[in-house]
Amino acid sequence: MLLKRILNVGFALIMISAVLLGCTPEAEEPGEIEEIEEVVIGVYEPMTGAQAAGGVQTMQGVDLAYAQKDEVLGVPIRMVLVDNRGDKAESATAMTRLIEQENAIAVVGSYGSSNSMAGGEVSEAAGVPVMGCSPTNPLVTEGKEYYFRACFIDPFQGRVMAKYATEHDIEKVAIIQNISQDYSVGLAAFFKQSWVELTGSEEGIVSETSYQDGDQDFTAQLSDIGDAQAIFAPGYYGDAALLMKQAREMGFTGLFMGTDAWEAPELVDIGGDSAEGAVFSSHYSAEAATTPASAPFVEAFRAEYGEAPSAMAALGYDAYMLVIDAIERAGSFDREAIRDAMAATENFEGVTGYITINEIGDAVKDAVVLEVQNGEFKYLSTVSP
Amino acid sequence: MTFDSFLQNLANGISLGSLYALIAIGYTMVYGILRLINFAHGDLVMLGSYFAFYGVSMFFLPWWAAFIFAIAVTAGVGVVMEKVAYRPLREFPRINLFTAAVAVSFLLENLAIVIFGGRPKAFSRPPFLDKMLNIGSITFVSYTPIIIGVSLVLFVGLILIINHTKAGTAMRALSKDIETTGLMGVNTNKIIMFAFLLGSCLAAVGGILWAIKFPQINPLMGVMPGLKAFVAAVLGGIGNVGGAMIGGLLLGIVEIMLVAFFPSLSGYRDAFSFSILILLLLFRPTGIMGEVQPEKV
Repeated sequence: MLLKRILNVGFALIMISAVLLGCTPEAEEPGEIEEIEEVVIGVYEPMTGAQAAGGVQTMQGVDLAYAQKDEVLGVPIRMVLVDNRGDKAESATAMTRLIEQENAIAVVGSYGSSNSMAGGEVSEAAGVPVMGCSPTNPLVTEGKEYYFRACFIDPFQGRVMAKYATEHDIEKVAIIQNISQDYSVGLAAFFKQSWVELTGSEEGIVSETSYQDGDQDFTAQLSDIGDAQAIFAPGYYGDAALLMKQAREMGFTGLFMGTDAWEAPELVDIGGDSAEGAVFSSHYSAEAATTPASAPFVEAFRAEYGEAPSAMAALGYDAYMLVIDAIERAGSFDREAIRDAMAATENFEGVTGYITINEIGDAVKDAVVLEVQNGEFKYLSTVSP
Repeated sequence: MTFDSFLQNLANGISLGSLYALIAIGYTMVYGILRLINFAHGDLVMLGSYFAFYGVSMFFLPWWAAFIFAIAVTAGVGVVMEKVAYRPLREFPRINLFTAAVAVSFLLENLAIVIFGGRPKAFSRPPFLDKMLNIGSITFVSYTPIIIGVSLVLFVGLILIINHTKAGTAMRALSKDIETTGLMGVNTNKIIMFAFLLGSCLAAVGGILWAIKFPQINPLMGVMPGLKAFVAAVLGGIGNVGGAMIGGLLLGIVEIMLVAFFPSLSGYRDAFSFSILILLLLFRPTGIMGEVQPEKV
């Protein structure tokens, strides 16, 4: 018994000292910056699972940015990537690990709004600034002090697609949403809202159905669409590809409309001929460069990966560079100072456009509309907010 | 809902249901003999589709050879799984075996992520399975009757094996009492291995057909079908092969019809189909075809 008690006390002492030791870096004086051997910038992205293509594409851009800029304020950067598997619980864990174990001063990520919202709860509590690359749901940054993003948000994206539909003489549209993803549910609602504003009534929306993560059979949802001329399915690329295939197999000949999560090679690999002619909104197209920084980026990207950069890659690049920019303007590795610098970002010359962070923490930017032509994503038009 | 769209949904439901049924049979066979819910069974489905994928894309086999290759390799994995993870634990309390099954499932999933990669892959159908067919106003793709036909043939074949071969008789005996059957001179290890072999073959066929129907494969694709097939097996009466078939078909049809009749509930499809399961089990605890068996001590 006594031995056990001594052991317990010993353990408690070890724990306390560990906590105290863990705190010391934060107590450092600003003058000691020279002595820091490295700083850690964390990245959390879905590298496996149903959203993996998005994470992998984003990392292409982040890796390229890291290769070009691997030190800040004269201190080498160590970039740490944690896989969040496209899962809410894993995203929170990934963020915790980046903050507590790796002691990241700032974090980049994540593809997938639900992932970012789960990670955001953790970073908010810990006071760690995060730069989102492509999470577009408004709730990612709303009410959050420490979460920012390099991309536009879904109310705008929903309007872009609703406008596209009405301008192309679509009078009847069916909406199929993934009810497990905040991204998808939000977009479906914003699309509907814009549709009602544009056409004056809800009549044109002939069907609204849902599916869940992991569902692969959409035949029942598709049998409900009646005489819709278009299907708006703001889900991730994998679901969308299967959905398009099944819709064509059931004799649907209309238009498929989607959003930025469709931009992955898998949409065409899996969707095949069914994906031809599909249109979706996205953040960026290498064919429509907007800033002087775009051309060298596309060149460097091609040299590295042998292909044109996707919107996710470009946003990954921008998000990383925005973090570096904020640290440089803050002039310190203090998380508060970096946060303030991030919030004050103005006219940053990104490869996806000039980025100014507004009071909520979002970037206000143009959207592009892309179309699948011969298995490639072709640029159609640019839409300004 | 018109009669035509009802028929269309019925066709969709039957084709989804036959896939559940194929996978459910594997669950039920192993349960019948070992009283083990083999949670890794769904992952064998995933392996089956990946092996077929690599057979075509890496070894450039014609599709039929790739399918045979996939079935053979998956069956091999199933047999090894039994030998390495389950056989040494057979004498221990059942909970150990159960835990081992969960462990094997995670192991296979994570190995698949490491080896095959986390990104989903596109599974290409053999061309003759990609044709559109019309019967009256019902539209379907040529794989639909193939899936139903293959499931039916395999089911009949399995029933014949179980009822009319020596190995089948031994399997039935094992499901009553392993020790006594052993004393009768039956090589129990061999027969259990045979049951795993059959179950894994069916899982592989299920995986290949699944990938043909939903041509997107990923390392976690077996989880949901595995779970649903398990439900189908319980629904039909676990341990009963015919029950698994009926349970699978029923689950597939109910899932499709539920969304078809109540489109607004489509996001909660699983919640409703699982509620039906709970209700059914409240009134018929042994499932549709299940018989009450005395608990073995």
